[in-house]
Amino acid sequence: MSVTEEKKLSFEEALTRLEEIVRLLEKGEVPLDDSLTLFEEGVKLVKLCGTRLDEAEQKITMLVKKGEGEYESEPFTENRTKRTADQ
Amino acid sequence: MPAEKALSVTQLNEYVKMLLDKNPVLAGVWVKGEVSNLSIQVSGHLFFSVKDEKSRVAAVMFRSDAAKLKFRPENGMKVLLKGRPSVFPRDGVYQIYVTALEPDGVGALYIAYEQLRKRLEQEGLFDERMKKPLPKIPTSVGVITSPTGAAVRDIINVTGRRFPYAGIVLFPSQVQGDGAEADLIEGIRCFNRLRNVDVIIIGRGGGSIEDLWAFNSEALAREIRRSQIPVISAVGHETDFTICDFAADRRAPTPSAGAELAVPDSAELKRKLGNVTARMQLLLSKELIRGRDRLKLLSQSRVLTDPAAYLRDRRMLLLSFSKDMEHGFSAAVSDKKNRYLRLSSVLEAVSPLKILAKGYSAVFGEDGKLIRSVGEIGIGDEVSFRMADGIAGAKITSVTEKAGRGEEK
Repeated sequence: MSVTEEKKLSFEEALTRLEEIVRLLEKGEVPLDDSLTLFEEGVKLVKLCGTRLDEAEQKITMLVKKGEGEYESEPFTENRTKRTADQ
Repeated sequence: MPAEKALSVTQLNEYVKMLLDKNPVLAGVWVKGEVSNLSIQVSGHLFFSVKDEKSRVAAVMFRSDAAKLKFRPENGMKVLLKGRPSVFPRDGVYQIYVTALEPDGVGALYIAYEQLRKRLEQEGLFDERMKKPLPKIPTSVGVITSPTGAAVRDIINVTGRRFPYAGIVLFPSQVQGDGAEADLIEGIRCFNRLRNVDVIIIGRGGGSIEDLWAFNSEALAREIRRSQIPVISAVGHETDFTICDFAADRRAPTPSAGAELAVPDSAELKRKLGNVTARMQLLLSKELIRGRDRLKLLSQSRVLTDPAAYLRDRRMLLLSFSKDMEHGFSAAVSDKKNRYLRLSSVLEAVSPLKILAKGYSAVFGEDGKLIRSVGEIGIGDEVSFRMADGIAGAKITSVTEKAGRGEEK
């Protein structure tokens, strides 16, 4: 799997692929060479997931009504909350 | 008694009515008792009796007042009512015109909540089998609550600490008072329209039963059940139960607990990821050990440990093959010889030469054809005799046919 492909993977997809790799390795029907390739891919995915978790910065948005049944996302911060509360 | 001093029935009833109506004690009096003979008119008016152990009194509650009731009165229900006793002059009976009615003991809202819960439960709206599982790894969490309340802060804090990977999309909603119910319902609808979240938390912080009332809405319960996105209800404190809690796919005792249900714990996930690495390493090393074992087995085979033996074996095999071949060849030769001998003796037995050798001879005509009958020759014909050792010429001097077979020639 190439690096660009990995980048596209969502966290959940990466976990799903990881589960599949473990299952394949557990079955023990994969030739040794392929096992090594799978293992390498697995380790990469573990690292990818770990990095995703470490680097994740929570994005908080608020839906703001822009018309009947129409909403737009705007950033939402604690400061804004306080300001809104004070108003 | 002079007749002119007597009151008409109407005058009497009107007078008693006036006495009752003007009495300051009776105006807005509170009465407690048990509801019986309840009749709810299509028009919305309520007619019933209020009774205690010894007495009863008729009561009427007009639609304008009855419409404000938060609960539905039932026969046998203990109630407190505020009303104005008055006389219905036409019938000469007195009754209480009720302006307010509430359950005695537990609150009206509680009764209303219980009644709605029972009804929706019987309808199957809270059936566990209809509940959707929550996503294991949500990418985005929808939150329907007040943007200024404690709940939103708790949810943001907990999700941010546990699993910052998931984004939060807040649908700002009133959570109490007029408009709260409509806001909450619109929140569920909005997320289902946008499909921008994997799970929804709907909730607010603690409050009185009146504060939480918007979460006891039947319409909200139905909207939650219609939602394609799993809904976590996180209303009030541990001890607060709302209709919303029962209708939701999961109930969380508090908004913080709702956030914990919504997202996994990064630390826990990372630990599991570590386990996965260890598991893969174990599996791979097993694979390597198995490979090594096979290699060992192969390396112990005779071919590799004693190549000379292998050659010896092959040579032995070759030898035995060539022996077999020789044997096979000679067998084939002797077989052919036997067949030849057998055939030549048969041939000899049937050979005409053999017959000639016994003393017979064959007669051939001038044209060289074998003569089989006296009919084929005449006197004077030249013939030749073929005997075992040569040929002799002869001339026919007489022809005699055997008796019965033709005339003599």
